[in-house]
Amino acid sequence: MSTGLLLVQTLNGLQLGVLLFLIAAGLTLVFGVMDFINLAHGVQYMLGAYLAVMFYGLTGSFLAALVLALAAALAFGLFLEFTIFRHLYGRDHLDQVIATFGIILFLNEGVKFLWGPAPLTLPIPELLSGSIVLMPGLLYPVWRVVVIAAGLIVAIGLYLLVNHTRVGMLVRAGAVNAAMVSALGVDIRRLFMVVFGFGTMLAGFAGVMIAPILSVEPGMGDTILILAFVVIVIGGIGSIRGAFVAALLIGLVDTLGRSFAVDVLRLVMAPAPARTVGPAIASMLIYLLMALVLYLRPAGLFPAGGR
Amino acid sequence: MAPLSIEPVKRLRRTLAGETAPVLLFLAFALVPILAAHGAEAYILDVGMRVMIFSIAALGLDLIVGYGALISFGHAAFIGIGAYAVGIMAASGIGDALVAMPVAVGAATVFALATGALSLRTYGVYFIMITLAFGQMAFFTASSLAPYGGDDGLTIRARDTVAGLPLLASDQALYYVALACLLGCYILCRALVASRFGRVFRGARENPVRVAALGFDVYRYQLVAYAISGALGGLAGFLLANETEFVSPAYMSWQRSGELIIMVLLGGLGRLHGAIIGAIAFILMEEWLSGVTEHWKMIFGPFLVAVVLFARGGLIGAWTALAARLRP
Amino acid sequence: MSAAMLRLENVCKSFGAITVADDVTLDVAPGELHAVIGPNGAGKTTLINQICGLIAPDAGRILFDGRDVTALPVHARAALGLARTFQITSILPSFSALENVALAAQARAGASFHFFGRADAEIALNQRAGAALAEVGLAARADVPAAHLSHGEKRALELAIALAMEPQLLLLDEPMAGAGREESVRLVALLHRLKGRFPMVLVEHDMTAVFALADRISVLIYGRILASGPPAEVRADPAVVAAYLGDEME
Repeated sequence: MSTGLLLVQTLNGLQLGVLLFLIAAGLTLVFGVMDFINLAHGVQYMLGAYLAVMFYGLTGSFLAALVLALAAALAFGLFLEFTIFRHLYGRDHLDQVIATFGIILFLNEGVKFLWGPAPLTLPIPELLSGSIVLMPGLLYPVWRVVVIAAGLIVAIGLYLLVNHTRVGMLVRAGAVNAAMVSALGVDIRRLFMVVFGFGTMLAGFAGVMIAPILSVEPGMGDTILILAFVVIVIGGIGSIRGAFVAALLIGLVDTLGRSFAVDVLRLVMAPAPARTVGPAIASMLIYLLMALVLYLRPAGLFPAGGR
Repeated sequence: MAPLSIEPVKRLRRTLAGETAPVLLFLAFALVPILAAHGAEAYILDVGMRVMIFSIAALGLDLIVGYGALISFGHAAFIGIGAYAVGIMAASGIGDALVAMPVAVGAATVFALATGALSLRTYGVYFIMITLAFGQMAFFTASSLAPYGGDDGLTIRARDTVAGLPLLASDQALYYVALACLLGCYILCRALVASRFGRVFRGARENPVRVAALGFDVYRYQLVAYAISGALGGLAGFLLANETEFVSPAYMSWQRSGELIIMVLLGGLGRLHGAIIGAIAFILMEEWLSGVTEHWKMIFGPFLVAVVLFARGGLIGAWTALAARLRP
Repeated sequence: MSAAMLRLENVCKSFGAITVADDVTLDVAPGELHAVIGPNGAGKTTLINQICGLIAPDAGRILFDGRDVTALPVHARAALGLARTFQITSILPSFSALENVALAAQARAGASFHFFGRADAEIALNQRAGAALAEVGLAARADVPAAHLSHGEKRALELAIALAMEPQLLLLDEPMAGAGREESVRLVALLHRLKGRFPMVLVEHDMTAVFALADRISVLIYGRILASGPPAEVRADPAVVAAYLGDEME
């Protein structure tokens, strides 16, 4: 366990954390404001990645691909909201789970149909494809730093938006008591659409940013979806601040856990069992964390104070 | 469930009217092997067995989702635990069903009691998430069991024997054993739902505060129901491991848990035989559509959305609505 | 006083800056109908919720039949015989009226961890349920799903459920709320019939009903018990009249 490895993995953990935040932010708002469990949020993220690859193929410019992909992801998200999701607000959570699960099936298969099952890649923009030197002999990809920075900028932007604008205030109020907000004369349908569209764009953005690092393939949204749900449950449903803290926490715990579980276990047990038990425990860490948080704080760390 | 009256005649008539579906279902199941002998026997028996195995698991899930409004997103874990119990014992030289079945069911029940004790302290989406978490934990544990195949799974050399006799070796024999299990579980669930226990449990779904105010410790009732649903899942796992002679972590993936929820909803929640109908519909659709196109999920996905939007009450609900409309 | 069925000792409860129970001491003697009155927001429903166990007091004790139940959960107190009706009707909508009451009777009739044998075929339970329904005038509506009952019938059902529990003490949370004149008269008559069978705590706004039924009245104003005693005494208390009754009485 060297300092260098620790540093790199910490940065990787932060990167995973901001990625999770981008996805969880939309998820927690949609669930907090509309009481809508959106399992399809993960495929929104996947779609962002695929659209980026497609537009990059058409334009040759990462920036153009980013803008076009965001626009297309937003359009598609709003389309889903308009045709399907808005009929599900107020329905049983079970119905929402099944309907959005159906959309996952459709889109996971759909991208396989359109682009084939093989993983796709998106090249990192030339300018940002180098590495920076963290320590003598320790390089770290610039792009990953860009992702972390982008995520933090979005986080700050969201914070300002939610806490210092009128729309943000409506969203915060809606997360606590949507019926009341509606009764006060606010067009709740428009608010819902704004919240949903924004969340969709954030997820798509995450997909575009991660595409150069991960392989773009069908089903890539599934695992991240579960992680995102763990984030919002730990953070507190409806709370952006909670999503931020929890996302970074989970990103770090998961990454560092996977890297160092075996080493930590070797301190208390023999190498062979440590090597078997280690990876299993590492995968389970975040779930154990969630169970612990729910046990101590059943409404999450920063509950929005609503339901 | 329809309200029940004191008048015995009215009740009898209603009971008989409600029985046609389950009777037909079990009759159909019983006839399948006979029909299979005239066609692609192995394939038909395989599909039939899979339907029945997942029906058993779906029955257990319907108990807690349909009658208890406890949406568990980790139900596949019970199937997986039951299956792995069989696999691990087989690998360790214990291949007798008389041992394997109770152990499989027992292991799943213990897991259900342990995880249920924690999960039931939560509600709503937190319950969904924590059951998902426990399901994932089971999945990852199985994936890391290197001596038992890890990610790739474990092949079982032969089906369990019964007291030394290879009674389950033939597909037909296993089919009828599965059918007997399904019938037994169905009858058990029916009795459960109508019993004193069932009444408290059903009441707690509608109004837990009221039921507690009557003097019932709702948590205990929910925990017992959860344990029973886990036991049924374990039984399904035992049968699955014997049928496929293979166990793998994929048996407990969260997608599998999602599929089980779909089966229960598809048939119609809270109707018990709805869980069976849902399992039939799901597996048959999967078989049929995957023969039509490899991208069958592009059809199945929207179908699910349509069911949720337009067919509340699942297939049973749609059928009842249709029947009501055809009757002037 | 040691024979009191229910005794609240120095019960305090605050929600943030709002004190809803300020050192409340109250007792209910066996067979007594003890009314609790006070303006809206005075903390009456919170008091009921603390007695039955839905809310835990910040300080103080609650003794039921001599036994300290302060730490007991709702179901444990109910099992001891503490029954309540809810201000916002709380029934099981898809169950028939009879089955609603039968479940209450079941709570009193031995263990419910029975997995076999149809609950709805138990004659004893059905008879007890039928009797409770008859007592509140709902015998004819026994088979109707509770969701289809009228508002007044649902309130009567609440009462029937409480009766079937064979309560040692009944908490009534504004049973007249939303009831018309005729219905109020009927409810008062019914409660009058039940008087003496078991002690009752009646939280109400309807002064006619209160003064017709109560053996003792406690006046709760902003969490404090302003006065407590027989109706005539409370009616005449100048502090009470000034704070509350002055507006309520004609």
